[in-house]
This record gives sequence, structure tokens and C-alpha cells, in this order.
Amino acid sequence: MSGGPPKALPSTGPHSLRDMPHPLAGSSSEEAVGGDSTPSPDLLMARSFGDKASALFHQTPRAFRICSAASDGSTKACQDLILPNGGTPAGTSSPASSSSLLNRLQLDDDIDGETRDLFVTVDDPKKHVCTMETYITYRITTKSTRVEFDLPEYSVRRRYQDFDWLRNKLEESQPTHLIPPLPEKFVVKGVVDRFSEEFVETRRKALDKFLKRITDHPVLSFNEHFHVFLTAKDLNAYKKQGMALLTRVGESVKHVTGGYKLRSRPLEFAAVGEYLDTFALKLGTIDRIAQRIIKEEIEYLVELREYGPVYSTWSALEGELAEPLEGVSACIGNCSAALEELTDDMTEDFLPVLREYILYSDSMKSVLKKRDQVQAEYEAKLEAVAVRKEERPKVPADVEKCQDRMECFNADLKADMERWQNNKRQDFRQLLMGMADKNIHYYEKCLMAWESIIPLLQERQEAK
Amino acid sequence: MEQAPPDPERLLQPAPLEPLGNPDAGLESVVVEEADRPRDEGSGDGTMTENNFWLKKIEISVSEAEKRTGRNAMNMQETYTAYLIETRSVEHTDGQSVLTDSLWRRYSEFELLRNYLLVCYPHIVVPPLPEKRAEFVWHKLSADNMDPDFVERRRIGLENFLLRVASHPILCRDKIFYLFLTQEGNWKETVNETGFQLKADSRLKALNATFRVKNPDKRFTELKHYGDELQSVISHLLRVRARVADRLYGVYKVHGNYGRVFSEWSAIEKEMGDGLQSAGHHMDVYASSIDDILEDEEHYADQLKEYLFYAEALRAVCRKHELMQYDLEMAAQDLASKKQQCEELATGTVRTFSLKGMTTKLFGQETPEQREARIKVLEDQISEGEQQLKSKNLEGREFVKNAWADIERFKEQKNRDLKEALISYAVMQISMCKKGIQVWTNAKECFSKM
Repeated sequence: MSGGPPKALPSTGPHSLRDMPHPLAGSSSEEAVGGDSTPSPDLLMARSFGDKASALFHQTPRAFRICSAASDGSTKACQDLILPNGGTPAGTSSPASSSSLLNRLQLDDDIDGETRDLFVTVDDPKKHVCTMETYITYRITTKSTRVEFDLPEYSVRRRYQDFDWLRNKLEESQPTHLIPPLPEKFVVKGVVDRFSEEFVETRRKALDKFLKRITDHPVLSFNEHFHVFLTAKDLNAYKKQGMALLTRVGESVKHVTGGYKLRSRPLEFAAVGEYLDTFALKLGTIDRIAQRIIKEEIEYLVELREYGPVYSTWSALEGELAEPLEGVSACIGNCSAALEELTDDMTEDFLPVLREYILYSDSMKSVLKKRDQVQAEYEAKLEAVAVRKEERPKVPADVEKCQDRMECFNADLKADMERWQNNKRQDFRQLLMGMADKNIHYYEKCLMAWESIIPLLQERQEAK
Repeated sequence: MEQAPPDPERLLQPAPLEPLGNPDAGLESVVVEEADRPRDEGSGDGTMTENNFWLKKIEISVSEAEKRTGRNAMNMQETYTAYLIETRSVEHTDGQSVLTDSLWRRYSEFELLRNYLLVCYPHIVVPPLPEKRAEFVWHKLSADNMDPDFVERRRIGLENFLLRVASHPILCRDKIFYLFLTQEGNWKETVNETGFQLKADSRLKALNATFRVKNPDKRFTELKHYGDELQSVISHLLRVRARVADRLYGVYKVHGNYGRVFSEWSAIEKEMGDGLQSAGHHMDVYASSIDDILEDEEHYADQLKEYLFYAEALRAVCRKHELMQYDLEMAAQDLASKKQQCEELATGTVRTFSLKGMTTKLFGQETPEQREARIKVLEDQISEGEQQLKSKNLEGREFVKNAWADIERFKEQKNRDLKEALISYAVMQISMCKKGIQVWTNAKECFSKM
């Protein structure tokens, strides 16, 4: 371990954000450089996590290590199995029930909103120009009263790559849960500037949503990798360590080999599968319609921008009519501006959220598939055992393990699906109301413009 | 070159307000036949001298349009639309109207009437007819003359034309106009018998005058430029407006697709279903509202079109002035040249080149008798020329005075009408915005219940 005294995590109370060193030390970075070569206590966390992986699997992975650095530079020993909400480690009781129990508790918390103890925000995008590449980082601000957090507040900078890493890690480490989607990695359509204000803002909003969804999840929000993501100064170092270890958790589920045929899918999962198929289709249609509307509106805007000025040209020819005509021209100009705002808003706010939900339902479907495979494996093993029933009266350990795995998965997924449905309802209510609002504002602006020129048009010219 | 500046009009007697083409015997007989009609025969010029007879006493309407088939001049079958013109006289006392005349006319007869008015009243800005063929259409609008919407708009345009003529202080008194409203059969022959076509200026002559005139009244030159520019700007406006209408139509109609997809989506949802379904209905309402909106806007386009065509009428008056002015200038030039020739013959000096001068040199001098004869002829011509110049001058000044009076009247009318048109356009836009707000507010409420 090494290096200089880790200045990063002092236990002396809240710390100015400006003093936090930049994890990605670049010379053009506006933030202070330093502290990134400290091999963080984070390393210890990763290692010991790996050790306890299989033991942890049967418990909801809300337990993790805390390591803190004392001001003298030494690291304390890690503490085990802290369950923040005071629940008991679920080692003995059936994993399915404890997990769903905890999930249900957390669901109530969410609805309440008052017992929330973790707040994460993504903001302040900044461009970094380095010799090899140019990229954007976002500031992640975390506020929490949870015991796992040494400080009440953290501020780190992350780039898209880091989010992508986090998501992959979450999928690996929480394969039974639905992980929220990220905004698309590459922009295919049109000539979109990756560094344009609109694109960066759209992405920022999506990344913020992503983290908030994880924050709201009773299981995911306690994930190790998530914690590191929120707090570590040098994420890259942690990443490198992480890659060297294979989490057995991930392995045990990922390496379910295919080829097992499913007997019968439980009703609720079958229904969700069908629902998702239709849902994704409908969303796709809505996406196309929304895009078409925006396209038509833009073409309408182009014509309006030619239309308004003609009234101005006419006004120059006239005497008494000059003012009224000029007024009409200005009015049309105002309407054009309002329309441009509408199309911009819809492009930035509406379309991305829609697309995100399509990604969300896609990832839900892949989780459902995994679940199917786990069930299939269990059923196959059970069948194999049943053939040799006479010899072994009791069910062998590995089949039991499979059953546990399956039931755990089912419980987690069911809870997640419910959460997803609720969130979907809220999200779409908000999205569609937002769309209606934008249109209402557009018409209100136009109305105001036209109403204001009526007195001008009706004005009697003074007799010459 | 003589050119009398627009004189103080008090030196001239006001010209009788009569059509410049003199009505001939044919009309008189018509007048006699319909002796029961209130008519002042004293003036003997075939016009009604009761002021605003039409405006106060009658209502004119083009109330119906009907498809007809008949044989045309080349004895080929054709389909055309006939319009019913009804004239009602309004009693002063109780405001009741009584149908006095009703007949059918087709578009070509309207055209004939207008051409007659153009020729006989060149100093008047003659109201235009609605367009012959649909122009400036946006894609949903049909360019077919038989299309019912086009026919309907044309019916309104023709009615407007008749009302404009009837409310014009001078045109309303015209006999032929009166007959147009009252004499169904034979009207065409009657018009042609006035021989007005002969009075029409050839286009070529007018063009020539426009290029060669040296001293037209500046006001008319400016007015002509205004007419040109007005025509150009209104055409541009109408073209772009048509494209705007097209695009707006597209925007609204695509929203209709939301209706369908929301409905389909609501089928797989539990709590969200009702909200989605009813919101979808509002999207359908939104999409279908555009048809009425754009139909209303066509009225605005028609109002603009009228003034587009009025611009041409303005230019026609200016062209007439240029023609008359050119004529005057030519007559003056001719007179001057003759006077000079006369002088030269009398004094024996040859200052100008002449064929006679050349032949004299070549073939010998002419005799004094010959010269006297020539001088006499020239003197006669000069005297006649002076008379003509005087009357042309008078005519010219009369024309300028009367034309300018009508132009002032037209300007006032134009400002009034276009202001009205702009106001009604703004009102249409306001109504469209309010409808939009209503629909989206309703949709928002449905979404909130999701």
C-alpha cells in the first residue's frame, strides 16, 4: 500500500467540494489534481467481497465492507456484514422470503419519500481536452445519512464510460434484478455533435435518471460497485482490480448453460413477457409518430420563416397599412420562435425518455430469459434426480441449490417488475403530461402574440 | 412640345360622367321597350342619373350554382357552371325585400361585362373577377374548376364583384350592368352591339406608348410601380401561405396516429388504460380540427387575391393615361412639325430636311402657285390639329382628374378592406390557438388520470 497520506477521506467532518481531488488527473482539468495514486481502501473492499461472494449470494447483497482511512494513514480492519436498516443477516431464513420482505419494506419507503436516506444528482458537465481524446465528465453529488458512507456528502466526476462500467458490474453482480438502462452509447442518426449543449444536457438528464433509479432500488442502491462509483476518487484503479476477480456470484448465474427446455413458465412471468412484447411495439410506434410530428413541425417552421417577412416587404410599400402589416410580420415571427422551442423541447425531453423505456423493456426481457434458464436448469436437474428416485430418498444438495437460486430469482424479479410497473406508470404520466404542457405553452404564446396585435390592427390612423 | 400641366380644374367644365363609348341606337331601343322601368330619359345618354339608386334600393346575391351542359360556339358539348343572380328591391319603410329579378349567368358572361366596363370606363379601377382557374392551391385543395369547394368560393367571388360594381358611384349607373342583372336573353348581343370592342386599345399600342411616353403624370408612374410591386408581393404571399397551409395540415393529421396507438396500448394496460384511451380520442379531435381551420383561411386568401387582381386594374388605368398622354404628345409633335413646315414654305428657308426639299433640289423649284396650295393645305391641317390638340388636352386632363378621384376612392377602400382582412385573419389564428389549448388541456387531464 503506499504512497502519501491519503488526503482523500479525512474523518474531520464535511469537506469543501472544491478541495476534492479530480479522479481523472488531466492537466486541463479545472479541478485540483492529486490523491489519485493512493491505493485506496477501495481495493480492500473488492478483494474481500470476492471472498465472501458465494456466502453473500444467499443473502441480499446489501452487506458490504467499509474501510476508512484514519488520519495517520493506516487503514483499519474491515468490518463485516453491516446491514444498515438493522435487519438481521439473512443467512438462515429462506432467501426468497427475506429478499422479498426487504424489497416490500423498501417499496413502502419509496412511496413515502420521507425515509429516503440517499440522494444522488448528476450535473455540471465539463469538457476535457486531452492529447489522446476529448470527452465530457459529469459531477456526481451524493448526500447520504447511511452508515456505509463516511461522509455526509461526496462529489466525484465521472464520464460515460464509467457509467457503462457500473451498469455492467451491476448486471454481473445482481443478475436477478432489473438494471435500469443507460442512454445510447453511440449516436447514429444524423450529424449530431457529441459536444453540443443539447446533446450533453439530454445525456446528463438520462444519466441522472439512471442513478436515481438505482438509488431508489432497495437492493441495487446498496451495491458495492455503486458505492464505489459514488465515492471513489480513482475509479480506474478500482476497475482494474475488479477485472482481475471473477465474482462467483455472477458466474454461478451466468454460467447456466443453455439447452434446458422450460416446462412451464409461471403465469406472471409469461404475462409480463407478452406484455413487454406489445409494449415495446407500441413504444416504437409512438417514437416514430413523435419523430414524424417533429419533422413536420420543422418543415412548417421553415415555411413560416419565409411567410412572416413577406408581410414586412409589403408593409414597405404601404402608407396606412404599413404598421398593421409590420405587426402581422412580427407576430408570425413570435409564433415561429415558439414553434422552434416546442420542437427543441420535444427532441430533447420527449424522444430520449421514450427510447430509454424501449431499452428498459429490452433489458427486462433479457432478465426474464435468464430467469427462464435458471428455472429450466432446475427442472432438468430435478428430472434427472426423479429418474433415480428409488435410490435417493432425499433431494441432493445441488438440486436444492438450484431451487433456491430459482426461487430467489423469481422473488427478486417479481418485486422488480412491480416496481418497474409503478415507475413506468409515473414516468409515462409525467412524460405525456409534459408533452401536453409543451403544446399548451406553444399555443399560449401564439395566442398572446395574435391577441396583442388586434388593437394595433383596429387602430384608426389619424387623418392625413 | 406642348404639355399643359394639370390645370386648375376650375378652368375646365366638368365632363359629363358618361361612358366614353357612346351608346348607339341599339341601346336606345332597349330603353324604349322597357318603359315601365324607372328611368330618366331626359339625359338621352342611356344612363341612370338617380344617385346611388342601386345601393339603397336593391340587394344583389349570387345565390346558387348549377352544373349545366350545352353546346359551345363550335357546337361541341361542354359542361359549365351557371350562377343564379337574384335582385331584390328593398322597401324603405318596412325593410321588406321583394324579388324583382332572377336569372342565370355563366362565368364567361361576367367576363364580358367586365371587359365592357374596362373599355368604357378606363379611368375607373374596375373591380376584378374571382380567378378563372384555381391558383395558389395547397395540396388538399382541388385545382379542378368543377370541384364543389372551388365553385362555392367562386360563387362568393362573383357576388362580391357585383356588389362592388353596384356600390361604385359611377359604374352602378351603367345600362349594360343593369341589363346584366335583369335581361337574361339577348344580353350578349346587346353588349356586342355597343361596339365597345372597337374602342378597346390594342395591347401593342399600349405597350408602345408605355415605352415612348415622355411626360406622364408622375403620380401615375408611381402608381404603376406600386401596382407592380403589390402584385409581386401578394403573389409571393399567397404562394408561401399555400405551403404553410400544407405543412400545418401535415402536423395536425399526424397527431391522429396517436389516437390509434394510444387505443391499442391502452388495451394492454390496467390502470393506465382509461387515461390513454380518452387522451387518444382528443388527439383524433385535434387532427380533424384542421380541416375547418384551413377552410376558413381560404376566405382570407380570397380577400388577398381580390387585391392581387385589383393591382392589375390599377395598372390598366395607368396604362390608359400613358396612352392618352403619348397620343397627346404625338399630336403636339405633329402639329409643331407642320407649323414649322408651313413657316419654312412661307419664308422660303429650309431648315429641316424634307423630301420636298430634296426633290426641289433635284428636279427644280416648284412654282409659287404650287407653294401657295401647299401652304393652304398645311394651314388647314394646322387649324384642325390645333382643335384636336385642344380636345385631346381637355380629354387628358379630364381623365387625370376623374381617374385620380377614383384612385383616391380605391385607396380608401383598399386600406379599409385589407385592415378588415388582417383583423379577421388574426381572429382566425386566435380561434385556432384557443382550440389547440383546449384540446391539449383535455388530453393533459386524461394523462393525469393515468
